[in-house]
Amino acid sequence: MVATDKRQEIQLARDLIEGKPEAFDRFVEVFRSKVFQYALMMCGHREDAEEVAQDTLFKVFENFDQLRDPERVRPWVFRIARNACYMKRRKSVFAPTQELSLEDFLPHSEGDGSRKLEIADWSALPDDQVLRAELRDVIHQAIQELPEMYRAAIMLRDVEELTTEETAQVLDVSQEVVKTRLHRARLAVRAKLDEYLRRRQSGVAKG
Amino acid sequence: METGKHKHDCKEVFALLSEYLDAELDAERCDEIRKHLDDCPPCIEFLESLKRTVSLCHGCQTAEQPPPLNPEVREKLMAAYRKSMQNRARQGL
Repeated sequence: MVATDKRQEIQLARDLIEGKPEAFDRFVEVFRSKVFQYALMMCGHREDAEEVAQDTLFKVFENFDQLRDPERVRPWVFRIARNACYMKRRKSVFAPTQELSLEDFLPHSEGDGSRKLEIADWSALPDDQVLRAELRDVIHQAIQELPEMYRAAIMLRDVEELTTEETAQVLDVSQEVVKTRLHRARLAVRAKLDEYLRRRQSGVAKG
Repeated sequence: METGKHKHDCKEVFALLSEYLDAELDAERCDEIRKHLDDCPPCIEFLESLKRTVSLCHGCQTAEQPPPLNPEVREKLMAAYRKSMQNRARQGL
């Protein structure tokens, strides 16, 4: 669970600051995996993600004396990882940013005069393993298709569960900018999920 | 999402739904949205789908893992950690 993960990360950082090297391997294991997964979503290439994870950990340990507050370890590591990702910019995934407009995500009412929206029935989602795995794939694909600035916002805020303030620090933008990008990113991911669910529900209905 | 004045309100609410979900709006704005939602089932339906999206994203990291750590790389990382701890000791921290 994320809250437990966060507490564990903070404790590992605290132990390392206090000079307890037995926390070292666990710290490396936790953050290497975390940064690799983030970088894979941000860079889109396994090779790049492996290099980002390694470069980030080097920077983390080289600068470990600068980490004063173990509570800040997650945003601190992600800030370093974010810079390492920038070094791996490739055109396909860091293409010039196309702005997402709110208007594009406004749902429409069904044309029968009712107030019913043309969206999937989200209340009927079965809570089964297969669907959950499929939805994860849809989410990953949707996030990877987002322009980089929106992808970074949703990865840090919703997937990694940093606060708005921490995300703003990692990305070097204001909290207002984080909120704007996050909302558009969520709407884009929601739209992809909705599209998927509608297809699935019409398939089920047809039997 | 509706027509006329109500439609205008829907648009305003639509723009603020994430901040509403994240409890990042001031009390006055929050009340306005709550009041609108009380009277607008389509906005509630949309809000629920957005809420579900956010909860599905939580902790939704890819299942991919990096290859095992090369022992030489581990040694280099450990050396960097030791060096930076010596700096910390020199700074009297």
